[in-house]
Amino acid sequence: MMTASENAGVKPAKRWSVDLKTLGPALALLLLCIIGFLLNPAFVSEGNLANLLTRSAFIGIIAVGATFVITAGGIDLSVGSMAAAISGVMIIVMNNAVDTLGTGIPTVLFGCGLAILLGIGAGWINGALTTKGKIEAFIVTLGTMGIYRSLVTYFADGGTLSLNFDIRGTYRPVYYDSFLGLPIPVWVFIGVAICGWLLLNRTAFGRYCTAIGSNEAVAKYSAINVDRVKTLTYIIQGLCVSFATIIYVPRLGSASASTGVLWELEAIAAVIIGGTVLKGGYGRIGGTILGALILTTIGNILNFTDMISNYLNGTMQGLIIIVAVLLQRSDWKLTKSNKE
Amino acid sequence: MLVRKTLGALAVTGLLAFAGAAAAADKIKIGVSYPTPTHAWAAGMNWHAEQAEKRLEKLYPDVDLILVNSPDPGAQASALEDLVSVHQIDALVVLPFESEPLTDPVLNVKKSGAWITVVDRGLSQPGIEDLYVAGNNPELGRVSAQYMKGRLKDGDNIVVLRGIPTVIDNERFDAFMTEIEGSGINVLDHKHANWNRDDGFEVMQDFLSRFPDIDAVWAQDDDIAIGVVAALKQAGRDGNGMFVVGGAGMKEIIKGIMDGDELIPVDVLYPPAMIATAMDATVSAFKSNGPVAGRYILGATLITRENAESYYFPESPF
Repeated sequence: MMTASENAGVKPAKRWSVDLKTLGPALALLLLCIIGFLLNPAFVSEGNLANLLTRSAFIGIIAVGATFVITAGGIDLSVGSMAAAISGVMIIVMNNAVDTLGTGIPTVLFGCGLAILLGIGAGWINGALTTKGKIEAFIVTLGTMGIYRSLVTYFADGGTLSLNFDIRGTYRPVYYDSFLGLPIPVWVFIGVAICGWLLLNRTAFGRYCTAIGSNEAVAKYSAINVDRVKTLTYIIQGLCVSFATIIYVPRLGSASASTGVLWELEAIAAVIIGGTVLKGGYGRIGGTILGALILTTIGNILNFTDMISNYLNGTMQGLIIIVAVLLQRSDWKLTKSNKE
Repeated sequence: MLVRKTLGALAVTGLLAFAGAAAAADKIKIGVSYPTPTHAWAAGMNWHAEQAEKRLEKLYPDVDLILVNSPDPGAQASALEDLVSVHQIDALVVLPFESEPLTDPVLNVKKSGAWITVVDRGLSQPGIEDLYVAGNNPELGRVSAQYMKGRLKDGDNIVVLRGIPTVIDNERFDAFMTEIEGSGINVLDHKHANWNRDDGFEVMQDFLSRFPDIDAVWAQDDDIAIGVVAALKQAGRDGNGMFVVGGAGMKEIIKGIMDGDELIPVDVLYPPAMIATAMDATVSAFKSNGPVAGRYILGATLITRENAESYYFPESPF
């Protein structure tokens, strides 16, 4: 009874606060853009915005996958290492395929296909170990994080793997070319985001993710195949990592032990800034995308000013992340007053 | 039966170990401890250490070099203990992961009576090492600035991409700024690119959006320089005599210099091969008839098209 009356009382306020919750990340991003513009009008130049969007694509695509994992109550710490390992294997395989497939599009397609298979496989391993192996997702992915990172170091002999120069020529447009005024990686980002949004908000699978994240036991009794859905979220995550890798490799044509370092934390940060709940049960793809854009914009703005000491970049990033999340919690005052 | 067998096995192993120790006793044992490669420069160092081991052991059959790499300062401290207790080394060549945490472990090795050579990163307490071998960070900054001054004129603009915020980075950067002062060259801004290609690419993209007129880039490091060049080419601003100065001596960059690359015309040496120099010097502390102890600071040589070939190691991973 108590909860029912409380809910009734909160209702009008809740609607208002939900609006603000959705708007929070958007407002934060808008604010950042205004600051950027005030610092230097070149911030809104076409070139800079294109750079910004393209850069956001890596973290953004990975974060879309992370939204599913986190919504279903899991976590994936292995994505950065996974991206590095997949890049490494792609480069080695494509370099070796030159003799048989040449340096044209077939080799690139072969490399991309392989990346997708590897991503799905790696995601499946994380998922199966979590569900069938009954190991905490944090531990499983902490383990695979170390494995993938050391694999890329081993493949590269501690150095850097470089893509064959002629293949790089064929593959380069995937990162550097534009279609209808937008760079290709941005199109991939948009595509992944739309698919992710539809999957989470318009399918039974999306509802299952949310249900499992909010209460796994109840979901199980509701005849949801919890293990399969959870494994699928990790596979989606792996697939997203593959897509990010496919557009990452043509950028510099290389992979090393320093590739993708801390991407997992950036992806998780993007998801949380976007309003998804870290302990699961509530996910927002739109917010995740804004979160990824916010993170990249912070870095970009810091490069646009020399007012803040170089050493404090991390502090500024941390502060802005925390403020962005606080903005979403702007309903806390209302809930409090309602309780009184 | 079983007990007797085990005892027998133990006795045999003990005998073998004793025989091994006796055979090895007349060998000069030198432990070489350095970090496991987490970036390309360190991978180059590993490679050069292995090359030096092969070469020196062939040259001096009575010298035994024991190479150990460790993934973190704690593991390196344990590795040093093992080198003393298990291998009973006569000398140690150590490139410390970090100065502070490894000072005491190295001091303990010193107490066992071993000769100590410290490479690259110094210890936080003076007087422990017999020999110090290092690259020259301030010189790297200075030589880069001198090259800039030679190529640019009064009023030209440059940007600086720094490494990871560390003492090494500060030494390089401060020396560069001191040398460039009063030359009339404007340093528009400096940002950390963390000795990393991706960061080099992104920071340079932002510099290009922010500053319409940049004449040259000091990237401080070859990995950063590769990212910078990709950003310059993307923005189509790689013409008009624009050039980038990196540092370290990566094989791809050296190859480019040999082939007459205009965008990266020179490099400033900070060689991963310094570990080999240190191993050579340590062996000569036992083999030479001259004094070896002291400081051995390598030059930060400017690598140009003329001398590039002598710094080119195509087999090395760096």
